[in-house]
Amino acid sequence: MKFRTLKRHVRESFKSLSRNNWMTFASVSAVTVTLLLIGVFFVIMMNLNQLADNIENDVEIKVVADPAADQEAVQKLLKKVKETPGVEEVVHSTRDQELEKMIDSFGDELALYKQSNPLGDALYIKAADPKETAKIAKKIGTYDYTYDVEYGEGKVEKLFNVLKVGRNVGLVLILALLFTAMFLISNTIRLTIVARRTEIEIMKLVGATNSFVRIPFMLEGVWLGIFGAILPMILVTVAYSQLYTVWEARLQNELFHLLNPMPFLLQLNGLLLFIAVFIGVWGSFMSVRKFLKV
Amino acid sequence: MIVMKNVYKKYPNGVVASNGIHIEITKGEFVYVVGPSGAGKSTFIKMMYREEVPTSGTIYFNGTDLTKMRSKDVPFLRRQIGVVFQDFKLLPKLNVYENVAYALEVIEETPSAIRKKVTEVLELVGLTQKARMFPNELSGGEQQRVSIARSIVNSPKLVIADEPTGNLDPDTSWEIMKIFERINAHGTTIVMATHNKEIVDTRRNRVIQIEGGLITRDEYEGEYRYEI
Repeated sequence: MKFRTLKRHVRESFKSLSRNNWMTFASVSAVTVTLLLIGVFFVIMMNLNQLADNIENDVEIKVVADPAADQEAVQKLLKKVKETPGVEEVVHSTRDQELEKMIDSFGDELALYKQSNPLGDALYIKAADPKETAKIAKKIGTYDYTYDVEYGEGKVEKLFNVLKVGRNVGLVLILALLFTAMFLISNTIRLTIVARRTEIEIMKLVGATNSFVRIPFMLEGVWLGIFGAILPMILVTVAYSQLYTVWEARLQNELFHLLNPMPFLLQLNGLLLFIAVFIGVWGSFMSVRKFLKV
Repeated sequence: MIVMKNVYKKYPNGVVASNGIHIEITKGEFVYVVGPSGAGKSTFIKMMYREEVPTSGTIYFNGTDLTKMRSKDVPFLRRQIGVVFQDFKLLPKLNVYENVAYALEVIEETPSAIRKKVTEVLELVGLTQKARMFPNELSGGEQQRVSIARSIVNSPKLVIADEPTGNLDPDTSWEIMKIFERINAHGTTIVMATHNKEIVDTRRNRVIQIEGGLITRDEYEGEYRYEI
């Protein structure tokens, strides 16, 4: 294609947008509304996913060493635990440290036990993949000098199941929303192109090639996508940044933290722009195709 | 220029619009196509610029078999043929100049060539003063003149007109006829489907009569003779 022709296509696509101003308005509105929905939904889903990650990462295994085991035996156990596949991090807490924690929690009455500490050393373990927690706990339970293994058996499995269902539901909802957006936007674009089918017919009858007819319409699709994405991108960015500033101040010491606006907003805006442009081009391409058979 | 051999066209709904047509039209001819509505006139002329493809038979345009032509070559055939419609088929959002220039833009002419040719052709059809007006600001006759200007702007070898005076009053119809005759005088072949008895009987040319998908009469300097 000649550069002059490409320039003509770009110029024509803009002219056409302004000439068909009501149709342009309808298409841009369809893109704006659906993208705003997608944007808000993505913010909610990604933060819920973050919450789920936080909860999962908070799951740990507590291994209590046999109180009768000497330091050498505890070190052996520690080494073996560290070498266990799937173990990411092990924090060793001595029996004295464990007693201190209990005194902190339950009061000075327990200070009596300092003379004869009945507790064993404790190992706090984090699994590389939190879903492997039960498997790792069972394995460590078979090691020598292990007195007790705790990881919230039963509850953890249930929690993971709930999170799994939640994530799958979110994924299905996102896909359904994307599908609806594609349908709604491409349908609006289709209507605008149906109204201009005589134009396509004339183009074909005066000897235009299919690509010559198609390119300005596809460029229009790109502009519709970009114009439609501007408002949702701005709204989501401003609203989320505000929300982050206000909420993070309150949630400072909590388990749940909102996703950091950078790079989250950058990724989200990139995704919104991509969806809008893709659907715009795809919708135009599919709609024009029907009328090219003249 | 155009040779049709045993052309048969049956539509999916079972209607046979062309039932074994044989015809030859030579360069520079002016041909009227007459016949009752639904006789197959439109199909006959649509097959010439490959808007319709025959079910069987062959159609040659300057030696090229249109029935074997690949879809991607059709635009290049149409650049050699100008088409004028009863309903003008102008782009309502483009002004007169742009509507005419459009036929040159699609064949990627240079802007200076477009300016020169459009100016010439608007002068030929007498619309120079109305170049910046939009179709809805023009009368029927003026719109048809724009349509003719568009069809001849890239100097086609053949101009096909499907009832070009069908929507026009008698005086305007004569004006349009004069333009077609002027184009024909430059050597362009004209094929015109028409119901206008007065024109056919006054400006004598070859008359091809189609009835029931068949050519029932083919006369040089013929008359209309057909009652609507």
